[in-house]
Amino acid sequence: MPKTLFEKIWDTHVVRTIPDGPSILYIDKHFIHEVTSPQAFKGLEQRGLTVFRPGQVIATADHNVPTLNQHLPIKEELSRIQVDTLQKNCAKFGIELYGLGHPFQGIVHVIGPELGITQPGMTIVCGDSHTSTHGAFGTIAFGIGTSEVEMALATQCLMQHKPKLMRINVEGKLNKGVLSKDIILYIISKISASGATGYALEYAGSAIRSLSMEARMTICNMSIEMGARCGMIAPDETTFHYIKGRPFAPQGGDWDNALARWKTLFTDEGAWFDRELNVESSDIEPMITYGTNPGMGIGISGHIPGMQEIEEREKSSFEKSLHYMGLEAGAGIKGKKVDYVFIGSCTNSRIEDLRMVAAFVKGKQKAADVQVWIVPGSKQVEQQARAEGIDKIFEDAGFLLRQPGCSACLGMNEDKIPAGKYCISTSNRNFEGRQGPNARTFLASPLTAAAAAITGSVSDVRELM
Amino acid sequence: MRAFTTIASTAVPLNAENVDTDQIIPARFLKATSRDGFGKNLFRDWRYENDNESRPRKGFVLNDPAFHGRILLCAKNFGCGSSREHAAWAIKDYGFDVVVSSFFADIFKNNALNNFLLPVTVSESFLNELFKAVESDPSTGVTVDLAAQTITLDKKNGPALSEKFDINPYKKTCLLNGYDDIDYLLSMKDEIAEFENNRITSNI
Repeated sequence: MPKTLFEKIWDTHVVRTIPDGPSILYIDKHFIHEVTSPQAFKGLEQRGLTVFRPGQVIATADHNVPTLNQHLPIKEELSRIQVDTLQKNCAKFGIELYGLGHPFQGIVHVIGPELGITQPGMTIVCGDSHTSTHGAFGTIAFGIGTSEVEMALATQCLMQHKPKLMRINVEGKLNKGVLSKDIILYIISKISASGATGYALEYAGSAIRSLSMEARMTICNMSIEMGARCGMIAPDETTFHYIKGRPFAPQGGDWDNALARWKTLFTDEGAWFDRELNVESSDIEPMITYGTNPGMGIGISGHIPGMQEIEEREKSSFEKSLHYMGLEAGAGIKGKKVDYVFIGSCTNSRIEDLRMVAAFVKGKQKAADVQVWIVPGSKQVEQQARAEGIDKIFEDAGFLLRQPGCSACLGMNEDKIPAGKYCISTSNRNFEGRQGPNARTFLASPLTAAAAAITGSVSDVRELM
Repeated sequence: MRAFTTIASTAVPLNAENVDTDQIIPARFLKATSRDGFGKNLFRDWRYENDNESRPRKGFVLNDPAFHGRILLCAKNFGCGSSREHAAWAIKDYGFDVVVSSFFADIFKNNALNNFLLPVTVSESFLNELFKAVESDPSTGVTVDLAAQTITLDKKNGPALSEKFDINPYKKTCLLNGYDDIDYLLSMKDEIAEFENNRITSNI
């Protein structure tokens, strides 16, 4: 029987299925960070347990870390305690930690792929909803809660129900100025913030195949923003080329064996999906969100829906959202002044993102009253950017290249957007208060964010290219 | 671990769609290393003006003394966004044992179940009835019977309204008996090790 990519991986990881219940799913790699792991370790201690397979657990500190002066102790006491707790737990339970100061430190969903830890056919979990990022390599990768972190630490397994399957086909050549971030914001705007709940997604089609690994990760990263359990893309030559030679990639004969296995990881002709969605690349222009969930997105030249376009029972949520954002129903969004530009997060902080922004801003100057924060996803990305002279281009443009971390994506560390201010952000969530209490977020691609940095307002990057 | 029993209580109606876990508990309150005490920051930025506990926001339901109880009524796509289990901890710690909605986000639902906070999924029409009854009379009683898988609205004028809800039979047994998934998984460690060995030999 023809199988989907998802089923091929799922089937080889089921240890047992409980009748009328979930499956016991074996987990190949488990990433942990400081925020969602301390209570899990405490649970292990209370039960007198050890970590079952410490060699398959990888830790980093990312959510709480400052992105300036990382050589100094973390100023905020609770953040410092959480990062220290991770260090103690990793030492106690024998887990490799890429903490502050380590050359491999960075955002958990950036370092896994760049170190070659993330490989096709794996099951990967992390106490973080953006774990779906790793699906870009043809893995089943999903976010879990802390109780499940504890289960995975204790047994290297989780109890999971098999999700429904949806394929999203994106066909055709991308328009000028359109990046993979625009593709995913477009898809979410069509499906809504809840439209893929209960599904595992596979992204396919010529437009997806044409993307780099970095661009594919951006797409899979935001699968959770429409409620999906995970999102994945079948591995191909682009994938294999990306992995080869990375620190944890298979070497020599192991590489040949792995490659032979990885080449079987695709959806068979005629395999069944519960739902399919077809998207034409030609319909997509640079996107921007106007509301307080990632489904509230429009093309940059479009307008916010008018009240009459909103269903009756959704009107109060819609109004509340626009009130929070200080925007009007039916209005355009181009020309809206921005105060901050944040280029970073597990969605868009990889070297390709930084290169693209640098190529665009080279020789340009940021608008006078805009703060621009560029936050690399990892120590390696930061070093690469410096080696390529990208940091100089940013400096000349008036942009600040900071140090790696989750930064202004989530209002947890020092990098917060002040109340009432507008931030155009390459991150993944525009929820109320996400970037700081009462901060207002426009989600967009790195190019659209860079365009706003130059003009000081929401702009159509195509007019500046 | 506490076993789940029948809950009969008044309810608190939170009528907003797509409530994400950043609203339930903002990230700046995730810095604890224990599971306790999150209830005081539940819906922090909807509860207080400018993060100031002495300035409760008028109109937010948790600040309305008319509403209290162990059942939280929520609208569609409750608990979307971040996987933070702190959201389930905060709701439970505040004093809720049941959350009712027409539609829950995936990860939140799992997290709730793992903390003996019962997510009850009802039809849109039943949810509307619940909101209508509770909003018009905060003393309206709601009964959630997990063993029978029913949720019942005790209408003051007219017969009680009841609806069946789904729950996975395995999870139901766990909740009724106070079992954790981790106990089950730990009992399987030998089988898991054997699975690993078989994978190595078959080079999967």
